[in-house]
Amino acid sequence: MTQHPGPGDSGLIFNEPVIFERGAPGRKGYSLPESELSGGEAEVDIEKELLREQEPLLPEVSEFDVIRHFTRLSQWNYSIDTGFYPLGSCTMKYNPKVNEAVASMPGWTQLHPLQDEDSIQGALELMFHLQQDLAKISGMDAASLQPAAGAQGEFTGLLMIRAYLESKGNPRKKVLIPDSAHGTNPASCAACGYEVVTLKSSSTGVLDPETVRQAMDEDVAALMVTNPNTLGLFETHIQEITKIVHDQGGLVYCDGANQNALIGKARVGDMGIDVLHFNLHKTFTTPHGGGGPGSGPVAVKKILEPFLPTPVIAHKEGHYYFDKNRSQSVGRVKSFYGNFGMLIRAYTYIREMGAEGLKQVAERAVLNANYVRVKLQDDLHLPYPQICMHEVVFSDKKQSEVGIKTMQIAKRLIDYGYHPPTVYFPLIVAGALMIEPTETESLHTLDSFIAAFKQILEECEIKPRLILDAPEVTHIRRLDEVRAAKQPHYIYTTKSEKQFKKHILKFLNSL
Amino acid sequence: MRYLPHTPEEIQKMCQDIDVQNIDELFQVIPEALQLKQLLDLEPPLCEIDLLKHMRELNHKNKNLLQVDAFLGAGAYHHYIPVAVNSLVSRGEFLTAYTPYQPEISQGTLQAIFEFQTMVASLTGMELANASNYDGASALAEAALMALRVTKRKKILLAKSIHPQYRHVLKTYLLHQNVEIQEFDWSENGRVTPALIKEYLDDQVAAVCIQSPNFFGIVENLSQLESQVHQAGALLIGCFSEAVSLGMLKSMGDQGADIVVGEGQSFGNSLNLGGPYIGLFATREKFVRQMPGRLVSETIDSEGNRGYVLALATREQHIRREKATSNICTNQGLCALTTAVYLSLMGPKGLARLARQNYDSSHYLQRSLSALPGVELKFASPFFNEFVLQFEMPVKDILFKLKEKNIFGGVMIEQDFPQLKNCLLVCATEMNSKKQMDHYMQALSEILNSEGSL
Repeated sequence: MTQHPGPGDSGLIFNEPVIFERGAPGRKGYSLPESELSGGEAEVDIEKELLREQEPLLPEVSEFDVIRHFTRLSQWNYSIDTGFYPLGSCTMKYNPKVNEAVASMPGWTQLHPLQDEDSIQGALELMFHLQQDLAKISGMDAASLQPAAGAQGEFTGLLMIRAYLESKGNPRKKVLIPDSAHGTNPASCAACGYEVVTLKSSSTGVLDPETVRQAMDEDVAALMVTNPNTLGLFETHIQEITKIVHDQGGLVYCDGANQNALIGKARVGDMGIDVLHFNLHKTFTTPHGGGGPGSGPVAVKKILEPFLPTPVIAHKEGHYYFDKNRSQSVGRVKSFYGNFGMLIRAYTYIREMGAEGLKQVAERAVLNANYVRVKLQDDLHLPYPQICMHEVVFSDKKQSEVGIKTMQIAKRLIDYGYHPPTVYFPLIVAGALMIEPTETESLHTLDSFIAAFKQILEECEIKPRLILDAPEVTHIRRLDEVRAAKQPHYIYTTKSEKQFKKHILKFLNSL
Repeated sequence: MRYLPHTPEEIQKMCQDIDVQNIDELFQVIPEALQLKQLLDLEPPLCEIDLLKHMRELNHKNKNLLQVDAFLGAGAYHHYIPVAVNSLVSRGEFLTAYTPYQPEISQGTLQAIFEFQTMVASLTGMELANASNYDGASALAEAALMALRVTKRKKILLAKSIHPQYRHVLKTYLLHQNVEIQEFDWSENGRVTPALIKEYLDDQVAAVCIQSPNFFGIVENLSQLESQVHQAGALLIGCFSEAVSLGMLKSMGDQGADIVVGEGQSFGNSLNLGGPYIGLFATREKFVRQMPGRLVSETIDSEGNRGYVLALATREQHIRREKATSNICTNQGLCALTTAVYLSLMGPKGLARLARQNYDSSHYLQRSLSALPGVELKFASPFFNEFVLQFEMPVKDILFKLKEKNIFGGVMIEQDFPQLKNCLLVCATEMNSKKQMDHYMQALSEILNSEGSL
């Protein structure tokens, strides 16, 4: 094994079977009260044909089996708590522990969503203030906390745009989306019945007002932008662009995935944006949880306020309440009121940071990204060399001359103890490597990462085998994704597992 | 600021290396007019001591279920959560990981999801399950969208006995799909019968959606409807909001459903004022390409070891963009883990016993309450752990008086169902002791008596 400068070359790698292969019939991990009621053995009043006959496939394990199983699994995960996670567009910053402590207070966790308003005044007060804070931070007039994630926020925002245009007599047909956008943008448009028109980014990486002007007509309902865009660049013509759209009666949606670059430094509301979604799990430090739960509140300008999802949290004479009386609302996108547990964390974070703290977040995030940009720009191709915001996008152009591709560099970074950057996105940069360091990483971490990166790029020239074989120090080696597509196994069954083991033997014999 | 590690010296050095005078120079790429010159108008920052104090104060303005006797269900259920669940789920390695895009360093999340998918598929009687949707409501909406894609038809039939919020979300999701949504009634005993759907089942129906136990807690018989629905060329979508019922009831897959969706909150997820919860989504393998959301598959690595990856991404938005099966990206990953841990602890026997206890408690409570004069059990059909009572006076007044006795007596359903005047949806779980339930009966009896004497 080669020498590595960073963490990651651990010797404590355990094996752990699927949980269904642990345990024994009759072993148990639960503790339930003895029944105080008659019943138990008595017949139930449900038709026999509607009762379960066969036990479901659940393991029969002790509590300790469960603890050991999932603790071991957890150790196969890379996480922010473990190391540097420069995954572009995902804002993998430190998730404060105080957020978790606050969110686990029984005064929140033990609240039923259908309790009386009187008995949840603290929760409503929190939500009301979070609505207001998000509106202030983005320079908007009102907000809804209901969407469960960014994509649901997009859907909600577009529904509101559509409802607004319908109220003016014509919902229109198309939405303009730059070719650098997240895939959720066009997918959300389709969900709202809009046709997608893709706009080409200019050679400078930002949207050219001329492109928008040419595409804009009276069939266009909205333009969806991401600002800063997915190249990490501020859309410098944003004011002119939003004016072009507004002049023809359209509205402008902003994907808020990249708000970490702007909080306290600029507000999308000042740029002519009509609706924005936040990703609380990016900008406002709620944990990503291995793929969620997220939270995707939407903030809007006055003209869209009547269309917010119902209910809205309102306040009157010292009393907080659910305002359900909203005749123009687009309706409900989620049961109850959003991912409340995430709202608590975001609110806690805002209260700890304050205005000055949040401003520094954006400043340090941008400083860190530009530091990485400058330090790696001689080694990696940098398609858009200007000052970036919170993230920087390189490509594998130089390395591909010696046959090394982005994915291979990414996998080699794992051997050095780092999570790879976002790869092959945005789609407009071939072999993209998108690095977002975030503000919570120190100069020392950045320097170590940069040194590792440079060493890998050197290996590309002199020891390409190391790159092609990576990762080599992980619990598992390069996985066969083609096989997963062609011969998928989505669930565990004893039969499929036998077959699977046969395949493995065959494979090993072929090596 | 404790989360920002840079010292002033480091900032200066970094600026020098980048060749700018100061950080603000980096922000000059933002047009002057858009640069925010003043500080945001937010509350002043709090140190940890004051922050915790402030949050506790907000907390105390709530009355939580540990402080009252609560009999609330209607889509969110008060169940015991073993301590081991949160102890595992709060591990930073799970909590602070992103979506498992790099499988070699995400095997923990991926294997846990694989185990989760297996458990959900087995409990629902299906061949596979996805890695989660946002909640039961959006899972039902996505199931309807999927049925439209599978059948290429344009009509959805929806039982009115499905949770009103689920129906509301479904309608929002289908608003611009050019689809007709037809809602059908329940029969006098609260159940759906074949006759009730018959008149609506034509060759344009993509799916018939039924909830069981339905919003009124009543166990539906899907197998009675199945052949009729399939003969019409439609899919049968079964949905649930109380997952604990799966431990006792025949799975909807075994009753002929093609897609089974529901709310998984009951499996170890805190009530949390309604979220985060978890949408469970299961179906048959032949429909997998039309399924929304992430899927994990088993595969092997270059040395023949078993491992897991995200599979069939060609259905998803980041590849297929506007042609994707859904716009969903981030889902409820940590809640899926919670569910897997919880179900591992419960096992098949624990879950069955828990379900039976819920059944027993709620039936004890129902017998006690409906024995009181002026209280009627609204529907004479088998129910699981919640039931509808009808009173001779407004429920609002009763609930108010119960609240004075520290009892949250149930959920008023009249706003959503005007035909169910003076009706109350009452739920009892393993969290409600016999003493609590006797206290509820006593209190209600006093309230009704004092009303009667007025």
